[in-house]
Amino acid sequence: MLNEHMQTVFDYPDALTPGVTHYCPGCTHGIIHRLIAETIDELGIREKTIGVAPVGCSVFIYNYLDTDFAEAAHGRAPAMATGIKRTLPDRIVFTYQGDGDLAAIGTAEIIHAAARGENLTVIFANNAIYGMTGGQMAPTTLPGMRTTSSPSGRDVEVQGWPLKMSELLAQMPGASYIARRSVHDPGNINKTKKAIKTAFQVQLHQAGFAMVEVLSSCPTNWNVSPKDALTFIKEQMLPYYPLGDYKIGDAIKTLV
Amino acid sequence: MTKELWKGNEALAEAALRAGLEAYFGYPITPQTELLEYLAKKMLATGRAFVQAESEVAAINMVYGAASTGARVMSSSSSPGMSLMQEGLSYIAGSQVPVVLVDIMRGGPGLGNIAPSQSDYFQLTKGGGHGDYRPIVLAPASVQEAADLMYGAFDLADKYRYIVIIAADGNIGQMMEPIEMPPQRRLEKKDRGWELTGAAGRPHRLISSIYLQSEALHQFNMHLQAKHRQIEQNEVRYEEYLLDDAEYAVVAFGSAARAAHSAVRWARAKNIRAGLFRPISLYPFPHAQLTALAQRVRALLVVEMNTGQMLEDVRLAVAERVPIQFYGVTGGLVPFADDVLPEIEKLTRLDNGAS
Ligand SMILES: Cc1ncc(C[n+]2csc(CCOP(=O)(O)OP(=O)(O)O)c2C)c(N)n1
Repeated sequence: MLNEHMQTVFDYPDALTPGVTHYCPGCTHGIIHRLIAETIDELGIREKTIGVAPVGCSVFIYNYLDTDFAEAAHGRAPAMATGIKRTLPDRIVFTYQGDGDLAAIGTAEIIHAAARGENLTVIFANNAIYGMTGGQMAPTTLPGMRTTSSPSGRDVEVQGWPLKMSELLAQMPGASYIARRSVHDPGNINKTKKAIKTAFQVQLHQAGFAMVEVLSSCPTNWNVSPKDALTFIKEQMLPYYPLGDYKIGDAIKTLV
Repeated sequence: MTKELWKGNEALAEAALRAGLEAYFGYPITPQTELLEYLAKKMLATGRAFVQAESEVAAINMVYGAASTGARVMSSSSSPGMSLMQEGLSYIAGSQVPVVLVDIMRGGPGLGNIAPSQSDYFQLTKGGGHGDYRPIVLAPASVQEAADLMYGAFDLADKYRYIVIIAADGNIGQMMEPIEMPPQRRLEKKDRGWELTGAAGRPHRLISSIYLQSEALHQFNMHLQAKHRQIEQNEVRYEEYLLDDAEYAVVAFGSAARAAHSAVRWARAKNIRAGLFRPISLYPFPHAQLTALAQRVRALLVVEMNTGQMLEDVRLAVAERVPIQFYGVTGGLVPFADDVLPEIEKLTRLDNGAS
């Protein structure tokens, strides 16, 4: 009798491969991967999706998502994705990029992909640090934040100001959907999921460039516990990187 | 077949289209730009993928992406742009996707100038980017040969899942000559087992150059080396002119070989038994052929539009069997036959002095 009333409310996504990830305890890359997998399942696009992996901690995302993947050079994912999408316009092409990848070495590629209005989905994990190379200052490192290459804290007079990529890209007519979300608590994880889904739907509607910036943790290189890392996102990152929708183009007003 | 007058850059572009070009990504740079402009007109009008990228860095990575889907894809540039493409070329070699490039070489280093040069020889033939790879490099000496090499370049890239670079100097890109344009080809597309198309009814695929374990990367490098040996065995191309009874041989490629060709003819008129050896494939270099040649002639003259880059490969092949002289001009200066003839005459004196 009980079975008749049982309903699956939580399951392992088909698009997520079984196994454990290589991520450090408390790192939120894995959560973001899962949200992408759930989205791919819900939209039924696994068999026509091609991902482009970055250089950074998430370089092995292709081991965790059960879709075709290309591994780009550092920062070049938007260019590589452009080449894929322009030759296979009916496939769903997305990049997954860290802040060093997207906002430093690959700044030209992301800006021009947005300017061209490429039909791409970009998931941008902003953890304010270079995780993979061991905690150097990133283009998104907060003022005053200590890193191995800003040992006494980022001095904006010397090291300049962190880039706000969502605000910057929202200026582009080619950008259709630009949103910033965070994964520091369950409520925000749900909101992030919704935004990621919207960013894929924008591409299904061929409505141009879509990016979700996700504020993400790096306890290892921030030198804090996993729990304190989530607090750091909430208390330190949110004030500098306010959450919200930075661009909802006319073509997608009905989607969101 | 009737001959038509074609400009080198446009002939390259049209030959690529007729070979089934599906996608082009590039960035303007003199003296290559007509190639990009020609393709812009033709490809945008027929709905084929054409993007003027924000830089050569972006262009080569777009090429990388398109090649990962199995598309016939190319880019074109000139020397400073080729320098920027080296990162992408290294990744392309490391993930073994077929790509065709055209380099219309100009003078360097730095911004140099826009005049013809052959000074990308090292960068193109020795790998250029990081890692142990070498693209196939083909050097046309006429507009006809440029079109023919371009036409076959995609099949060659497909055959080895590798990079093919047509290395022409600015002369070849800019000059007009009457040529026979090869016919339009129809391509049949079939899945070759590696291209990214979406994992529909098959396991997912990965295009990547990562081999984290040392043993695995070593194995991959050994695989690339085996590919190089195959390429060296099958793809050596060269042309010989009056070498059968030659005592003196000039070695030159591309438009430097055109001047050398005339100089050899003039030398013959002066009863000097000279001949020309013209490498067409710069990698694979016609090493064995030059070694054999060095056993037949008394001395060699290498002529290049650089300060002696191919010269090093000639030296490796000749291994001090005979004296090698060099004549090179740079900066957009072009060797003329009446510059080369006295250099051939010098070979005969050198030889007399030695014996
Ligand atoms: C051309 C090049 N320069 C530098 C590196 C070294 N490198 C690898 S990952 C990385 C930064 C990654 O940081 P981010 O994009 O923020 O991603 P995270 O690791 O924090 O997720 C750097 C500098 C590289 N691989 N290639």
